[in-house]
Amino acid sequence: MTVGLVLVSHSAKLAEGLAELAAQMAPDVAIVPAGGLEDGSIGTDYDEVVAAAQRADSGDGVVLLYDLGSAQMTAELAVESMPNPSTALVADAPLVEGAVAAAVAAQGGVSVSDVAGAAAAAGAPPDFDELPEADGDLVVELRLRNDVGLHARPAALLARSIADLDAEVSVRLGDQEADAHSVLALMSLGARQDDRIVVRARGAQAADAVAKVKSLVEGNFGE
Amino acid sequence: MGCGAEGVTKAVLAAAGVVAEHRTELIELDRAIGDADHGENMNRGFTVVVAALADAAPATPGEVLKIAAKTLISKVGGAAGPLYGTAFLRAATKAADQSEVDVQGAVELLRAALEGVQARGKAEVGDATIVDALTPAVAAAEAAAAQEGADLAAVLTAAADAADRGAESTVDLVPRKGRASYLGERAVGHMDPGARSTALILRAFAEAAR
Repeated sequence: MTVGLVLVSHSAKLAEGLAELAAQMAPDVAIVPAGGLEDGSIGTDYDEVVAAAQRADSGDGVVLLYDLGSAQMTAELAVESMPNPSTALVADAPLVEGAVAAAVAAQGGVSVSDVAGAAAAAGAPPDFDELPEADGDLVVELRLRNDVGLHARPAALLARSIADLDAEVSVRLGDQEADAHSVLALMSLGARQDDRIVVRARGAQAADAVAKVKSLVEGNFGE
Repeated sequence: MGCGAEGVTKAVLAAAGVVAEHRTELIELDRAIGDADHGENMNRGFTVVVAALADAAPATPGEVLKIAAKTLISKVGGAAGPLYGTAFLRAATKAADQSEVDVQGAVELLRAALEGVQARGKAEVGDATIVDALTPAVAAAEAAAAQEGADLAAVLTAAADAADRGAESTVDLVPRKGRASYLGERAVGHMDPGARSTALILRAFAEAAR
């Protein structure tokens, strides 16, 4: 079971396209677009947003993302109208980056507030240099052989693979280091085919984390 | 002396009437600074409110306001839907199941509506929004209600007068909320359509109370 997402947009096409994009990175997450008015014109439809929130919520809660001002208000009203408003959150985040980050977080099986937090953090600059070096860190250098490097889908796979592990993990390319739990930070590294990345992990399940990342990289992320 | 479900229904129907009458004016105000849909959206929403009230025959002021709120949220669209919907919803909640709204009660409903709009839209006085009309209206209603022998008509007229002046004041403001804020300085010289519709609705309430 995972937290569901609702994408509230003034445009049906925007919401649908973004749902399609985010679903690429989070196959098990219910991502429900709620864009446009009933007649297909531009606007936000309160009843549709309420229905979308009900559909997206499998019992683990739902996070709503929005594009512009009145979509935020419609989303907030929809949350207030829910039988149990505490299971739903409106994330204050850039829509596209927020939806991708939230989808990946949700796929990792985290809570409503953590999914909303992942969306909100997507608006901040990527958190490079997250993990100061310390003795006992597991470090492994890996060469990316897959065609697209650490682009969206592989970055999402990597972040997801370690989401539920008790480990701090970072990925370094050159002098930039990204928190491996953040798909957007990973993408910001711009690691391409044949680049060498350094994966560093610490914590109770550091070895598992390194093994998972290694297996993804060596398996070319399933490409 | 108070105002029951019938009186509040009459006031909401009067609001629907004034919105229909000023539909084109609101469209033109919105055309200057937004997407020209405020008049159309408000008219569509209030038209459905009229039908919903006729169907439901609500028994208390709170029920009347709640029906209006739900309908406006669903049917108005744009930012005005959630904002006016919240205003009516908060007023409905404040009215609870009381059978009548008296002078003091009316002031409390107006204040609840204002607080709802502010909570929803996060706007303050000076941002060129509904709040610029509604805030002085609530203050004026409070002052009028404190006068000896004040009746509903006097309180609502004071509110409508203040809302008119508040709406007028948005002409000189640089909008900081809503779509007009994207225009910045270029929006100066135009009255905010939401402030105008608020003033119109409060005037309709005042006329209905006479």
